[in-house]
Amino acid sequence: MSATRPRPSRIGDALAQVGACGLFLFQLIGAIPKSLRHIKETIRQVWFVGAMSLVIIMTCGLFVGMVLGLQLYDVLSRFGSAAMSGTVVALALYRELGPVVTALLFAGRAGTSITAEIGLMRATDQLAAMEMMAVDPLAYVATPRFLAGIVAMPLLVCVFNALAILGAHVVCVTWLGLDNGTFWSNMTTNVDVWTDVVNGVWKSAAFGAVVALIAVFQGYTTPPTSEGVAYATTRTVVFSSIAVLALDFVMTAFLT
Amino acid sequence: MSAANAPERTDALVQVRGLSTELNGKTIFDRLDLDVPRGKITAIMGPSGTGKTTLLRHITGQLMPDAGEIRVDGHNVPTLARGELFDLREKIGYLFQNSALLTDFTVFENVAFPLRQHLKLPEEILRNIVLTKLQAVGLRGAAELMPSELSGGMARRVALARAIVRDPMLILYDEPFVGLDPIALNQILKLIRTLNDTLGITSILVAHEFAAVGRAADHVYLIAGGKVAAQGTPAELARGESDWTRQFFGGEADGPVPFQYPARDYAADLGFPPSGRTERAR
Repeated sequence: MSATRPRPSRIGDALAQVGACGLFLFQLIGAIPKSLRHIKETIRQVWFVGAMSLVIIMTCGLFVGMVLGLQLYDVLSRFGSAAMSGTVVALALYRELGPVVTALLFAGRAGTSITAEIGLMRATDQLAAMEMMAVDPLAYVATPRFLAGIVAMPLLVCVFNALAILGAHVVCVTWLGLDNGTFWSNMTTNVDVWTDVVNGVWKSAAFGAVVALIAVFQGYTTPPTSEGVAYATTRTVVFSSIAVLALDFVMTAFLT
Repeated sequence: MSAANAPERTDALVQVRGLSTELNGKTIFDRLDLDVPRGKITAIMGPSGTGKTTLLRHITGQLMPDAGEIRVDGHNVPTLARGELFDLREKIGYLFQNSALLTDFTVFENVAFPLRQHLKLPEEILRNIVLTKLQAVGLRGAAELMPSELSGGMARRVALARAIVRDPMLILYDEPFVGLDPIALNQILKLIRTLNDTLGITSILVAHEFAAVGRAADHVYLIAGGKVAAQGTPAELARGESDWTRQFFGGEADGPVPFQYPARDYAADLGFPPSGRTERAR
Protein backbone atom coordinates (compact mmCIF):
# COMPACT_ATOMS: atom_id res chain seq x y z
CA MET A 1 0.00 0.00 0.00
CA SER A 2 1.45 3.30 -0.96
CA ALA A 3 0.81 6.42 1.04
CA THR A 4 -0.89 9.27 -0.79
CA ARG A 5 1.76 11.91 -1.43
CA PRO A 6 1.11 15.33 -2.88
CA ARG A 7 2.27 15.55 -6.50
CA PRO A 8 5.31 17.78 -6.82
CA SER A 9 4.43 21.02 -8.52
CA ARG A 10 6.87 22.31 -11.14
CA ILE A 11 6.04 25.92 -10.33
CA GLY A 12 6.41 25.18 -6.61
CA ASP A 13 9.77 23.50 -7.21
CA ALA A 14 10.96 26.41 -9.33
CA LEU A 15 9.93 28.94 -6.68
CA ALA A 16 11.63 26.84 -4.01
CA GLN A 17 14.83 26.86 -6.11
CA VAL A 18 14.67 30.63 -6.50
CA GLY A 19 14.12 30.99 -2.74
CA ALA A 20 17.00 28.62 -1.94
CA CYS A 21 19.24 30.51 -4.38
CA GLY A 22 18.30 33.79 -2.67
CA LEU A 23 19.18 32.37 0.75
CA PHE A 24 22.42 31.03 -0.69
CA LEU A 25 23.26 34.55 -1.89
CA PHE A 26 22.93 35.83 1.69
CA GLN A 27 25.20 33.00 2.89
CA LEU A 28 27.77 33.95 0.23
CA ILE A 29 27.65 37.61 1.23
CA GLY A 30 27.97 36.59 4.88
CA ALA A 31 31.04 34.51 4.04
CA ILE A 32 32.83 37.36 2.21
CA PRO A 33 34.78 38.61 5.29
CA LYS A 34 36.02 35.06 5.98
CA SER A 35 36.83 34.49 2.31
CA LEU A 36 39.08 37.57 2.26
CA ARG A 37 41.51 35.46 4.30
CA HIS A 38 41.77 33.31 1.17
CA ILE A 39 42.39 36.29 -1.11
CA LYS A 40 44.93 34.28 -3.13
CA GLU A 41 42.19 31.80 -3.95
CA THR A 42 39.95 34.65 -5.17
CA ILE A 43 42.77 35.98 -7.38
CA ARG A 44 43.35 32.45 -8.71
CA GLN A 45 39.65 32.22 -9.56
CA VAL A 46 39.69 35.62 -11.31
CA TRP A 47 42.51 34.23 -13.42
CA PHE A 48 40.66 30.98 -13.99
CA VAL A 49 37.25 32.40 -14.96
CA GLY A 50 38.62 35.62 -16.50
CA ALA A 51 41.90 35.01 -18.27
CA MET A 52 40.91 31.52 -19.34
CA SER A 53 37.77 32.95 -21.03
CA LEU A 54 39.75 35.54 -22.99
CA VAL A 55 40.17 33.55 -26.20
CA ILE A 56 36.44 32.92 -26.69
CA ILE A 57 35.54 36.48 -25.64
CA MET A 58 38.10 38.06 -28.01
CA THR A 59 37.16 35.86 -30.94
CA CYS A 60 33.42 36.39 -30.51
CA GLY A 61 33.92 40.13 -29.89
CA LEU A 62 35.84 40.52 -33.14
CA PHE A 63 33.18 38.73 -35.19
CA VAL A 64 30.24 40.48 -33.49
CA GLY A 65 31.88 43.85 -34.25
CA MET A 66 32.53 42.88 -37.88
CA VAL A 67 28.90 41.76 -38.37
CA LEU A 68 27.59 44.90 -36.68
CA GLY A 69 29.84 47.09 -38.85
CA LEU A 70 28.71 45.33 -42.01
CA GLN A 71 24.99 45.50 -41.18
CA LEU A 72 24.95 49.05 -39.86
CA TYR A 73 27.07 50.48 -42.69
CA ASP A 74 24.66 48.92 -45.18
CA VAL A 75 21.50 50.17 -43.42
CA LEU A 76 22.82 53.63 -42.55
CA SER A 77 24.11 54.14 -46.13
CA ARG A 78 20.48 53.99 -47.30
CA PHE A 79 19.77 57.09 -45.18
CA GLY A 80 23.02 58.83 -46.04
CA SER A 81 24.31 58.31 -42.51
CA ALA A 82 27.13 55.81 -43.07
CA ALA A 83 29.45 58.20 -41.19
CA MET A 84 27.53 57.31 -38.00
CA SER A 85 28.35 53.59 -38.31
CA GLY A 86 31.13 53.70 -35.70
CA THR A 87 28.93 55.61 -33.27
CA VAL A 88 25.99 53.23 -33.54
CA VAL A 89 28.26 50.19 -33.21
CA ALA A 90 29.84 51.67 -30.08
CA LEU A 91 26.50 52.62 -28.51
CA ALA A 92 24.99 49.19 -29.20
CA LEU A 93 28.06 47.49 -27.75
CA TYR A 94 28.52 49.64 -24.65
CA ARG A 95 24.86 49.76 -23.71
CA GLU A 96 23.59 46.28 -24.61
CA LEU A 97 25.47 43.84 -26.74
CA GLY A 98 28.79 43.92 -24.91
CA PRO A 99 27.45 43.03 -21.44
CA VAL A 100 24.73 40.65 -22.67
CA VAL A 101 26.75 38.64 -25.20
CA THR A 102 29.76 38.48 -22.86
CA ALA A 103 27.49 37.26 -20.02
CA LEU A 104 26.02 34.53 -22.21
CA LEU A 105 29.51 33.44 -23.30
CA PHE A 106 30.71 33.68 -19.70
CA ALA A 107 27.85 31.41 -18.58
CA GLY A 108 28.82 28.85 -21.23
CA ARG A 109 32.57 28.98 -20.61
CA ALA A 110 33.15 29.84 -16.95
CA GLY A 111 29.72 29.13 -15.40
CA THR A 112 29.65 25.53 -16.53
CA SER A 113 33.20 24.89 -15.37
CA ILE A 114 32.44 26.40 -11.94
CA THR A 115 29.35 24.18 -11.57
CA ALA A 116 31.11 21.04 -12.75
CA GLU A 117 34.15 21.69 -10.55
CA ILE A 118 32.16 22.31 -7.36
CA GLY A 119 29.75 19.48 -8.18
CA LEU A 120 32.64 17.04 -8.57
CA MET A 121 34.21 18.34 -5.37
CA ARG A 122 30.94 17.48 -3.62
CA ALA A 123 30.69 14.08 -5.31
CA THR A 124 34.26 13.16 -4.29
CA ASP A 125 33.86 14.36 -0.68
CA GLN A 126 36.37 17.21 -1.11
CA LEU A 127 33.92 19.70 0.38
CA ALA A 128 33.24 17.32 3.29
CA ALA A 129 37.02 16.93 3.75
CA MET A 130 37.38 20.72 4.02
CA GLU A 131 34.57 20.81 6.59
CA MET A 132 36.42 18.13 8.54
CA MET A 133 39.62 20.19 8.42
CA ALA A 134 37.61 23.08 9.92
CA VAL A 135 37.80 25.02 6.66
CA ASP A 136 34.47 26.48 5.57
CA PRO A 137 33.93 25.46 1.92
CA LEU A 138 31.50 28.33 1.51
CA ALA A 139 34.31 30.79 2.28
CA TYR A 140 37.10 28.84 0.56
CA VAL A 141 35.36 27.45 -2.53
CA ALA A 142 32.03 29.20 -3.20
CA THR A 143 32.63 32.85 -2.30
CA PRO A 144 35.95 33.28 -4.19
CA ARG A 145 34.26 32.02 -7.37
CA PHE A 146 31.31 34.33 -6.81
CA LEU A 147 33.60 37.34 -6.29
CA ALA A 148 35.71 36.31 -9.27
CA GLY A 149 32.60 36.45 -11.48
CA ILE A 150 31.83 39.99 -10.32
CA VAL A 151 35.42 41.14 -10.91
CA ALA A 152 36.08 39.29 -14.16
CA MET A 153 32.90 40.14 -16.07
CA PRO A 154 33.45 43.94 -16.42
CA LEU A 155 37.04 43.28 -17.52
CA LEU A 156 35.89 40.75 -20.07
CA VAL A 157 33.22 43.16 -21.34
CA CYS A 158 35.89 45.83 -21.85
CA VAL A 159 37.97 43.37 -23.88
CA PHE A 160 34.88 42.24 -25.81
CA ASN A 161 33.91 45.84 -26.65
CA ALA A 162 37.44 46.78 -27.67
CA LEU A 163 37.72 43.82 -30.03
CA ALA A 164 34.23 44.41 -31.40
CA ILE A 165 35.01 48.07 -32.20
CA LEU A 166 38.26 46.94 -33.81
CA GLY A 167 36.24 44.46 -35.90
CA ALA A 168 33.78 47.18 -36.91
CA HIS A 169 36.72 49.48 -37.81
CA VAL A 170 38.27 46.79 -40.00
CA VAL A 171 34.99 46.32 -41.89
CA CYS A 172 33.83 49.97 -42.09
CA VAL A 173 37.18 51.73 -42.64
CA THR A 174 39.56 49.18 -44.12
CA TRP A 175 37.06 47.21 -46.18
CA LEU A 176 34.12 49.53 -47.00
CA GLY A 177 36.14 52.77 -47.21
CA LEU A 178 34.64 54.92 -44.43
CA ASP A 179 36.99 57.75 -43.42
CA ASN A 180 39.11 56.81 -40.41
CA GLY A 181 38.83 60.25 -38.76
CA THR A 182 35.04 60.29 -39.23
CA PHE A 183 34.72 56.83 -37.67
CA TRP A 184 36.59 57.79 -34.50
CA SER A 185 35.51 61.45 -34.12
CA ASN A 186 31.78 60.69 -34.43
CA MET A 187 32.18 57.91 -31.90
CA THR A 188 34.05 60.02 -29.33
CA THR A 189 31.61 62.90 -29.76
CA ASN A 190 28.40 60.91 -29.36
CA VAL A 191 29.33 58.26 -26.79
CA ASP A 192 28.96 59.50 -23.21
CA VAL A 193 31.26 57.94 -20.66
CA TRP A 194 28.78 58.00 -17.78
CA THR A 195 25.48 57.13 -19.42
CA ASP A 196 26.82 54.69 -21.99
CA VAL A 197 30.14 53.20 -20.86
CA VAL A 198 29.72 53.22 -17.07
CA ASN A 199 26.13 51.92 -17.22
CA GLY A 200 27.43 49.05 -19.32
CA VAL A 201 30.05 48.33 -16.67
CA TRP A 202 27.38 48.25 -13.93
CA LYS A 203 25.34 45.89 -16.01
CA SER A 204 28.29 43.61 -16.64
CA ALA A 205 29.13 43.44 -12.92
CA ALA A 206 25.49 42.57 -12.15
CA PHE A 207 25.47 39.91 -14.87
CA GLY A 208 28.75 38.51 -13.53
CA ALA A 209 27.19 38.27 -10.06
CA VAL A 210 24.06 36.54 -11.37
CA VAL A 211 25.92 34.02 -13.55
CA ALA A 212 28.47 33.25 -10.82
CA LEU A 213 25.71 32.92 -8.19
CA ILE A 214 23.72 30.47 -10.31
CA ALA A 215 26.85 28.50 -11.25
CA VAL A 216 28.09 28.22 -7.66
CA PHE A 217 24.60 27.43 -6.30
CA GLN A 218 24.02 24.69 -8.86
CA GLY A 219 27.41 23.12 -8.14
CA TYR A 220 27.08 23.42 -4.38
CA THR A 221 23.63 21.86 -4.20
CA THR A 222 23.95 19.22 -6.90
CA PRO A 223 23.24 15.58 -5.99
CA PRO A 224 26.67 13.89 -5.67
CA THR A 225 26.29 11.73 -8.77
CA SER A 226 27.56 12.04 -12.34
CA GLU A 227 23.97 12.49 -13.54
CA GLY A 228 23.41 15.20 -10.92
CA VAL A 229 26.52 17.10 -12.03
CA ALA A 230 25.46 16.84 -15.69
CA TYR A 231 21.99 18.25 -14.95
CA ALA A 232 23.43 20.99 -12.76
CA THR A 233 25.78 22.08 -15.55
CA THR A 234 22.90 22.27 -18.02
CA ARG A 235 20.76 24.19 -15.54
CA THR A 236 23.57 26.72 -15.08
CA VAL A 237 23.53 27.64 -18.77
CA VAL A 238 19.73 27.69 -19.07
CA PHE A 239 19.01 29.61 -15.85
CA SER A 240 21.92 32.03 -16.36
CA SER A 241 20.80 32.89 -19.90
CA ILE A 242 17.21 33.55 -18.80
CA ALA A 243 18.33 35.51 -15.74
CA VAL A 244 20.77 37.67 -17.74
CA LEU A 245 18.19 38.59 -20.38
CA ALA A 246 15.48 39.31 -17.79
CA LEU A 247 17.86 41.35 -15.63
CA ASP A 248 19.03 43.23 -18.73
CA PHE A 249 15.48 44.43 -19.37
CA VAL A 250 15.02 45.51 -15.75
CA MET A 251 18.37 47.31 -15.58
CA THR A 252 17.86 48.98 -18.96
CA ALA A 253 14.47 50.25 -17.78
CA PHE A 254 16.08 51.79 -14.70
CA LEU A 255 19.33 53.04 -16.23
CA THR A 256 17.96 54.76 -19.34
CA MET B 1 31.19 28.04 24.52
CA SER B 2 27.73 28.07 26.12
CA ALA B 3 27.09 26.58 29.56
CA ALA B 4 25.04 23.78 28.01
CA ASN B 5 28.06 22.79 25.93
CA ALA B 6 30.58 23.00 28.77
CA PRO B 7 32.94 20.05 28.44
CA GLU B 8 32.74 17.22 30.95
CA ARG B 9 36.01 15.31 31.19
CA THR B 10 35.53 11.58 31.50
CA ASP B 11 37.64 8.52 30.75
CA ALA B 12 35.79 8.16 27.48
CA LEU B 13 36.80 10.67 24.82
CA VAL B 14 33.67 9.84 22.84
CA GLN B 15 30.41 8.93 24.54
CA VAL B 16 27.32 8.01 22.57
CA ARG B 17 24.05 7.76 24.48
CA GLY B 18 20.63 6.85 23.11
CA LEU B 19 21.59 7.63 19.51
CA SER B 20 18.67 7.17 17.16
CA THR B 21 18.86 7.89 13.45
CA GLU B 22 16.54 7.20 10.57
CA LEU B 23 17.69 7.79 6.99
CA ASN B 24 15.34 7.46 3.99
CA GLY B 25 12.77 5.69 6.15
CA LYS B 26 15.29 3.09 7.38
CA THR B 27 16.28 2.88 11.03
CA ILE B 28 20.08 3.10 11.20
CA PHE B 29 20.53 3.45 14.97
CA ASP B 30 18.02 2.53 17.63
CA ARG B 31 19.09 4.03 20.99
CA LEU B 32 22.74 3.11 20.46
CA ASP B 33 25.16 3.46 23.40
CA LEU B 34 28.91 3.18 23.20
CA ASP B 35 32.09 4.62 24.73
CA VAL B 36 35.48 5.23 23.13
CA PRO B 37 38.16 5.32 25.85
CA ARG B 38 40.92 7.93 25.69
CA GLY B 39 44.24 6.82 24.24
CA LYS B 40 42.89 3.54 22.92
CA ILE B 41 42.09 2.19 19.48
CA THR B 42 38.43 1.27 19.22
CA ALA B 43 37.23 -0.60 16.18
CA ILE B 44 33.69 -0.35 14.85
CA MET B 45 32.71 -3.37 12.81
CA GLY B 46 29.50 -4.61 11.33
CA PRO B 47 27.75 -5.71 8.15
CA SER B 48 27.68 -3.35 5.16
CA GLY B 49 25.02 -0.66 5.46
CA THR B 50 24.83 -0.99 9.21
CA GLY B 51 25.77 2.68 9.77
CA LYS B 52 29.48 2.61 10.63
CA THR B 53 30.32 5.61 8.44
CA THR B 54 27.10 7.30 9.58
CA LEU B 55 28.31 6.93 13.17
CA LEU B 56 31.58 8.68 12.27
CA ARG B 57 29.58 11.45 10.59
CA HIS B 58 27.53 11.84 13.78
CA ILE B 59 30.65 12.01 15.92
CA THR B 60 32.10 14.77 13.74
CA GLY B 61 28.85 16.71 13.45
CA GLN B 62 28.48 16.18 9.69
CA LEU B 63 25.10 14.60 10.31
CA MET B 64 22.58 15.42 13.03
CA PRO B 65 20.89 12.51 14.84
CA ASP B 66 17.13 12.28 15.36
CA ALA B 67 17.72 11.78 19.08
CA GLY B 68 20.51 11.10 21.53
CA GLU B 69 23.71 12.57 22.83
CA ILE B 70 27.17 12.39 21.27
CA ARG B 71 29.86 13.79 23.51
CA VAL B 72 33.39 14.33 22.16
CA ASP B 73 35.86 15.48 24.78
CA GLY B 74 32.85 16.50 26.85
CA HIS B 75 31.17 18.61 24.13
CA ASN B 76 27.70 17.53 23.06
CA VAL B 77 28.27 17.63 19.28
CA PRO B 78 24.64 18.00 18.03
CA THR B 79 24.18 21.16 20.11
CA LEU B 80 27.41 22.89 19.07
CA ALA B 81 27.25 26.10 17.03
CA ARG B 82 29.15 26.05 13.71
CA GLY B 83 32.13 27.96 15.11
CA GLU B 84 32.35 25.65 18.13
CA LEU B 85 32.08 22.62 15.87
CA PHE B 86 34.96 23.92 13.74
CA ASP B 87 37.04 24.48 16.89
CA LEU B 88 36.41 20.86 17.86
CA ARG B 89 37.18 19.58 14.35
CA GLU B 90 40.59 21.24 14.49
CA LYS B 91 41.42 18.57 17.07
CA ILE B 92 40.06 15.69 14.99
CA GLY B 93 41.66 13.91 12.05
CA TYR B 94 39.39 12.12 9.59
CA LEU B 95 40.41 9.60 6.97
CA PHE B 96 37.69 9.41 4.32
CA GLN B 97 36.72 6.14 2.68
CA ASN B 98 37.54 7.58 -0.77
CA SER B 99 40.55 9.63 0.44
CA ALA B 100 38.89 12.95 -0.64
CA LEU B 101 42.20 14.56 -1.67
CA LEU B 102 41.94 18.05 -3.15
CA THR B 103 42.51 17.38 -6.84
CA ASP B 104 43.93 20.84 -7.64
CA PHE B 105 46.82 20.43 -5.21
CA THR B 106 49.95 18.29 -5.17
CA VAL B 107 50.44 15.61 -2.54
CA PHE B 108 52.61 18.04 -0.55
CA GLU B 109 50.01 20.82 -0.68
CA ASN B 110 47.23 18.40 0.29
CA VAL B 111 49.08 17.44 3.46
CA ALA B 112 50.09 21.05 4.10
CA PHE B 113 46.50 22.32 3.61
CA PRO B 114 45.31 22.11 7.25
CA LEU B 115 48.55 23.73 8.46
CA ARG B 116 48.33 26.59 5.96
CA GLN B 117 44.70 27.24 6.83
CA HIS B 118 45.05 27.33 10.60
CA LEU B 119 48.66 28.04 11.51
CA LYS B 120 51.06 30.73 10.38
CA LEU B 121 54.14 28.54 10.31
CA PRO B 122 57.43 29.52 8.65
CA GLU B 123 57.69 27.73 5.30
CA GLU B 124 60.73 25.72 6.40
CA ILE B 125 59.00 24.32 9.49
CA LEU B 126 55.83 23.59 7.54
CA ARG B 127 57.89 21.77 4.92
CA ASN B 128 59.62 19.65 7.55
CA ILE B 129 56.34 18.70 9.22
CA VAL B 130 54.75 17.71 5.91
CA LEU B 131 57.78 15.70 4.79
CA THR B 132 57.91 13.94 8.19
CA LYS B 133 54.28 12.86 7.84
CA LEU B 134 54.81 11.79 4.22
CA GLN B 135 57.87 9.81 5.30
CA ALA B 136 55.71 8.07 7.93
CA VAL B 137 53.31 6.84 5.24
CA GLY B 138 56.17 6.05 2.84
CA LEU B 139 55.36 8.71 0.26
CA ARG B 140 57.95 11.46 0.80
CA GLY B 141 59.17 10.80 -2.73
CA ALA B 142 55.67 11.39 -4.10
CA ALA B 143 55.37 14.89 -2.62
CA GLU B 144 55.22 16.63 -5.99
CA LEU B 145 52.77 14.24 -7.65
CA MET B 146 49.17 15.20 -8.31
CA PRO B 147 46.35 13.07 -6.81
CA SER B 148 45.43 11.87 -10.31
CA GLU B 149 48.88 10.25 -10.56
CA LEU B 150 48.39 8.14 -7.41
CA SER B 151 46.97 4.63 -7.05
CA GLY B 152 44.02 4.14 -4.69
CA GLY B 153 46.29 2.80 -1.94
CA MET B 154 48.74 5.70 -2.31
CA ALA B 155 45.92 8.23 -2.19
CA ARG B 156 44.70 6.63 1.03
CA ARG B 157 48.18 6.95 2.56
CA VAL B 158 48.37 10.62 1.54
CA ALA B 159 44.94 11.15 3.12
CA LEU B 160 46.25 9.47 6.26
CA ALA B 161 49.26 11.81 6.32
CA ARG B 162 46.86 14.76 6.01
CA ALA B 163 44.66 13.40 8.81
CA ILE B 164 47.59 13.17 11.23
CA VAL B 165 49.48 16.30 10.16
CA ARG B 166 48.22 18.35 13.12
CA ASP B 167 48.65 15.55 15.67
CA PRO B 168 44.95 15.49 16.57
CA MET B 169 43.52 14.17 19.85
CA LEU B 170 41.13 11.89 17.95
CA ILE B 171 41.52 10.21 14.57
CA LEU B 172 38.65 8.56 12.75
CA TYR B 173 39.70 6.01 10.15
CA ASP B 174 36.95 5.07 7.70
CA GLU B 175 38.02 1.84 5.98
CA PRO B 176 41.78 2.60 6.07
CA PHE B 177 42.89 -0.81 4.78
CA VAL B 178 40.92 -0.95 1.53
CA GLY B 179 43.18 -1.10 -1.53
CA LEU B 180 46.44 -1.43 0.41
CA ASP B 181 48.99 -4.06 -0.53
CA PRO B 182 50.30 -6.24 2.34
CA ILE B 183 53.43 -4.10 2.81
CA ALA B 184 51.50 -0.82 2.97
CA LEU B 185 48.82 -2.43 5.17
CA ASN B 186 51.44 -3.61 7.64
CA GLN B 187 53.11 -0.19 7.76
CA ILE B 188 49.79 1.62 8.20
CA LEU B 189 48.84 -0.77 11.01
CA LYS B 190 52.15 -0.04 12.71
CA LEU B 191 51.65 3.69 12.18
CA ILE B 192 48.17 3.64 13.72
CA ARG B 193 49.51 1.70 16.70
CA THR B 194 52.58 3.97 17.05
CA LEU B 195 50.53 7.17 16.92
CA ASN B 196 48.34 5.73 19.59
CA ASP B 197 51.15 4.55 21.86
CA THR B 198 53.56 7.48 21.50
CA LEU B 199 51.23 10.48 21.25
CA GLY B 200 48.31 9.08 23.21
CA ILE B 201 45.96 9.73 20.31
CA THR B 202 42.53 8.13 20.52
CA SER B 203 41.50 6.28 17.39
CA ILE B 204 38.24 4.99 16.01
CA LEU B 205 38.74 2.45 13.30
CA VAL B 206 35.96 1.41 10.94
CA ALA B 207 37.05 -1.67 9.04
CA HIS B 208 35.95 -5.07 7.80
CA GLU B 209 39.34 -6.83 7.93
CA PHE B 210 39.20 -8.63 11.28
CA ALA B 211 42.77 -9.92 11.02
CA ALA B 212 44.08 -6.36 10.68
CA VAL B 213 41.69 -4.99 13.30
CA GLY B 214 42.76 -7.76 15.68
CA ARG B 215 46.37 -6.56 15.46
CA ALA B 216 45.59 -2.89 16.03
CA ALA B 217 42.45 -2.48 18.11
CA ASP B 218 42.16 -2.54 21.89
CA HIS B 219 38.39 -2.84 21.83
CA VAL B 220 35.87 -3.82 19.17
CA TYR B 221 32.19 -2.94 18.83
CA LEU B 222 30.10 -5.05 16.50
CA ILE B 223 27.10 -3.02 15.37
CA ALA B 224 24.08 -4.65 13.78
CA GLY B 225 20.38 -3.88 13.71
CA GLY B 226 20.97 -0.35 14.97
CA LYS B 227 22.47 -1.49 18.27
CA VAL B 228 25.73 -2.86 19.68
CA ALA B 229 25.39 -6.57 18.96
CA ALA B 230 28.66 -7.53 20.66
CA GLN B 231 31.72 -5.90 22.13
CA GLY B 232 35.02 -6.87 23.70
CA THR B 233 38.66 -7.29 22.90
CA PRO B 234 39.47 -8.78 19.48
CA ALA B 235 40.39 -12.05 21.18
CA GLU B 236 37.04 -12.21 23.00
CA LEU B 237 35.08 -11.55 19.82
CA ALA B 238 37.15 -14.02 17.83
CA ARG B 239 35.90 -16.79 20.12
CA GLY B 240 32.46 -16.21 18.56
CA GLU B 241 30.35 -16.80 21.66
CA SER B 242 27.22 -15.12 20.28
CA ASP B 243 25.24 -15.73 17.10
CA TRP B 244 26.29 -12.27 15.85
CA THR B 245 30.01 -12.79 16.24
CA ARG B 246 29.84 -16.39 14.97
CA GLN B 247 28.09 -15.29 11.78
CA PHE B 248 30.06 -12.08 11.20
CA PHE B 249 33.54 -13.38 11.85
CA GLY B 250 32.75 -16.79 10.36
CA GLY B 251 31.43 -15.11 7.19
CA GLU B 252 28.26 -17.25 7.21
CA ALA B 253 25.17 -16.40 5.14
CA ASP B 254 22.77 -17.78 7.77
CA GLY B 255 22.46 -16.01 11.07
CA PRO B 256 20.96 -12.94 12.66
CA VAL B 257 22.22 -10.73 9.81
CA PRO B 258 20.25 -11.47 6.62
CA PHE B 259 22.44 -11.83 3.52
CA GLN B 260 19.52 -11.07 1.20
CA TYR B 261 18.02 -7.60 0.91
CA PRO B 262 14.29 -7.72 1.80
CA ALA B 263 12.40 -8.99 -1.26
CA ARG B 264 9.15 -10.71 -2.23
CA ASP B 265 8.88 -14.46 -2.75
CA TYR B 266 11.81 -15.71 -4.88
CA ALA B 267 9.79 -18.37 -6.76
CA ALA B 268 7.01 -15.89 -7.53
CA ASP B 269 9.61 -13.41 -8.79
CA LEU B 270 10.86 -16.07 -11.24
CA GLY B 271 7.29 -16.85 -12.39
CA PHE B 272 6.83 -20.15 -10.49
CA PRO B 273 4.09 -20.98 -7.95
CA PRO B 274 4.83 -19.12 -4.69
CA SER B 275 6.87 -21.07 -2.18
CA GLY B 276 5.63 -18.94 0.69
CA ARG B 277 9.17 -17.72 1.47
CA THR B 278 10.02 -14.05 1.55
CA GLU B 279 13.35 -12.42 2.32
CA ARG B 280 13.00 -10.10 5.23
CA ALA B 281 15.24 -7.91 7.28
CA ARG B 282 15.61 -8.87 10.91
